[in-house]
Amino acid sequence: MENNLNLNLKVWRQKNAKDKGGFEEYKLSEISTDMSFLEMFDVLNERLIVEGKDPVAFDHDCREGICGACSMFINGRPHGPKQAVTTCQLHMRSFKDGETIVVEPWRAEPFPVIKDLVVDRSAFDRIMSAGGFVSINTGNAQDANAIPISKENADEAFAAAACIGCGACVAACKNASAMLFVSAKVSQFALLPQGQPERSARVMEMVAQMDNEGFGACTNTGACSAECPKEISLTHIARMNRDYLMAELTSNK
Amino acid sequence: MNWVTKMFSSSIGQKFIMALTGLFLCSFLVIHMVGNLQLFKADDGLAFNTYAVFMTTFPVIKFVSYVLYASIIFHAIKGLMLVSKNNKARPVKYAVQNGAANSHWTSRSMGILGTLVLVFIVIHMKNFWFEYKFGHEVGYTSYFTNIATGETGSRAMEAEYKQHNKIEETMVSSPDGQQYKIVVVKDLYKEVATEFKEWWLVALYVLCMFAVAFHLYHGFQSAFQTLGINHSKYNGLIKFIGIWVFSVLIPAGFAAMPIFFFFK
Repeated sequence: MENNLNLNLKVWRQKNAKDKGGFEEYKLSEISTDMSFLEMFDVLNERLIVEGKDPVAFDHDCREGICGACSMFINGRPHGPKQAVTTCQLHMRSFKDGETIVVEPWRAEPFPVIKDLVVDRSAFDRIMSAGGFVSINTGNAQDANAIPISKENADEAFAAAACIGCGACVAACKNASAMLFVSAKVSQFALLPQGQPERSARVMEMVAQMDNEGFGACTNTGACSAECPKEISLTHIARMNRDYLMAELTSNK
Repeated sequence: MNWVTKMFSSSIGQKFIMALTGLFLCSFLVIHMVGNLQLFKADDGLAFNTYAVFMTTFPVIKFVSYVLYASIIFHAIKGLMLVSKNNKARPVKYAVQNGAANSHWTSRSMGILGTLVLVFIVIHMKNFWFEYKFGHEVGYTSYFTNIATGETGSRAMEAEYKQHNKIEETMVSSPDGQQYKIVVVKDLYKEVATEFKEWWLVALYVLCMFAVAFHLYHGFQSAFQTLGINHSKYNGLIKFIGIWVFSVLIPAGFAAMPIFFFFK
């Protein structure tokens, strides 16, 4: 096929968390431009298995851009060169024939490498369990319009809730700051009536956990939002800053 | 932990300090600029020198200037601490990182730009603030104004001349009956004019104004975002002021001063 690509892959290989790790080069030929980036890795891994070598470990699950599992830092950018896509939705047509592609894991103190391109993102889970929820009794589903919510707020909350927690914001940030993730999770509740009772406690607890995990501070470079596959806006960070300030100044905690 | 300490030691709280001190320093730049425009006045420095006396003796201004020194030190130390903390958040660096694809270089260089500005502030304080306050280079100049005709003139006092106050004003009559107002004041203007005859100092000042410009290109807008002020109705105005006032007009105005005296 004339559209197929020959590629030179430079992939980070690391046996386990303690291993020092290093780059390994692989030559791939006849890669279809219609393949996704992960399918290209499947091709590589099948070859490695046939050769009796250890396949490259990488996170993946839904492969349709909604689960947030895939996490590759491709040619200096999380999820590669395209805007608003996850690695699984990135296609090989975004690369040139003969190109060298450098693939690294997310790099951050709170995201230790487990193996190869797989990092431990449970720091995000701990931030969520610190306050990223609403405490309400479940039971029968409420009538759909029982609580009035403005369309604007509903849309804004929905845009925040689109965060899939992939960690591209942390990976892109020069400070490895998790502010975009945390602010999206704070905002999705702060904008809705159901989030109000725990609003102050939530932002204080989640920020405290974020700091405990060792993420850096925000310097408003905007790299997170520019690289976010769900295009989460920086306005959520401003909202969290505001909420945090108000919570510290006015709450009883 | 006390709630105030807790708030200001959180990552967001530390950024509040950076934003508040940063904006205060921005407000100082406006005052400094407006006051220093008197350097361009063709009066041999009478207005500028009188202003310098006011700024260094008026109690309210003196108090604010101590707050200012504290802010500079706090902003610098906190900034450097944050840079080091943020570096530690990524102990293993990327082999390839394309920062230009997602952010402006100024926003990624605030630490280095801020350090340049700090070095500049130290040099600048030594050149003028220290010399004016403690040095022996700054002498006195006597300015006279003929009350009837408005004719003015000035004469440098001898190097040994001392007076109790930085500024002293007297009225004298000449033998032909003309009334003169005589102002003898510490001549910082002459110090400025002399220092800026050195080409390398002029070059250094102009280069440092670029550092100020690029630091504020990101810094002014960033401070508002940190304080939670991000609203479509005001973002345009904040961006406009940040770029045109703080990263173009003010640094250009300050850079014009050494250039003006060099070619004067």
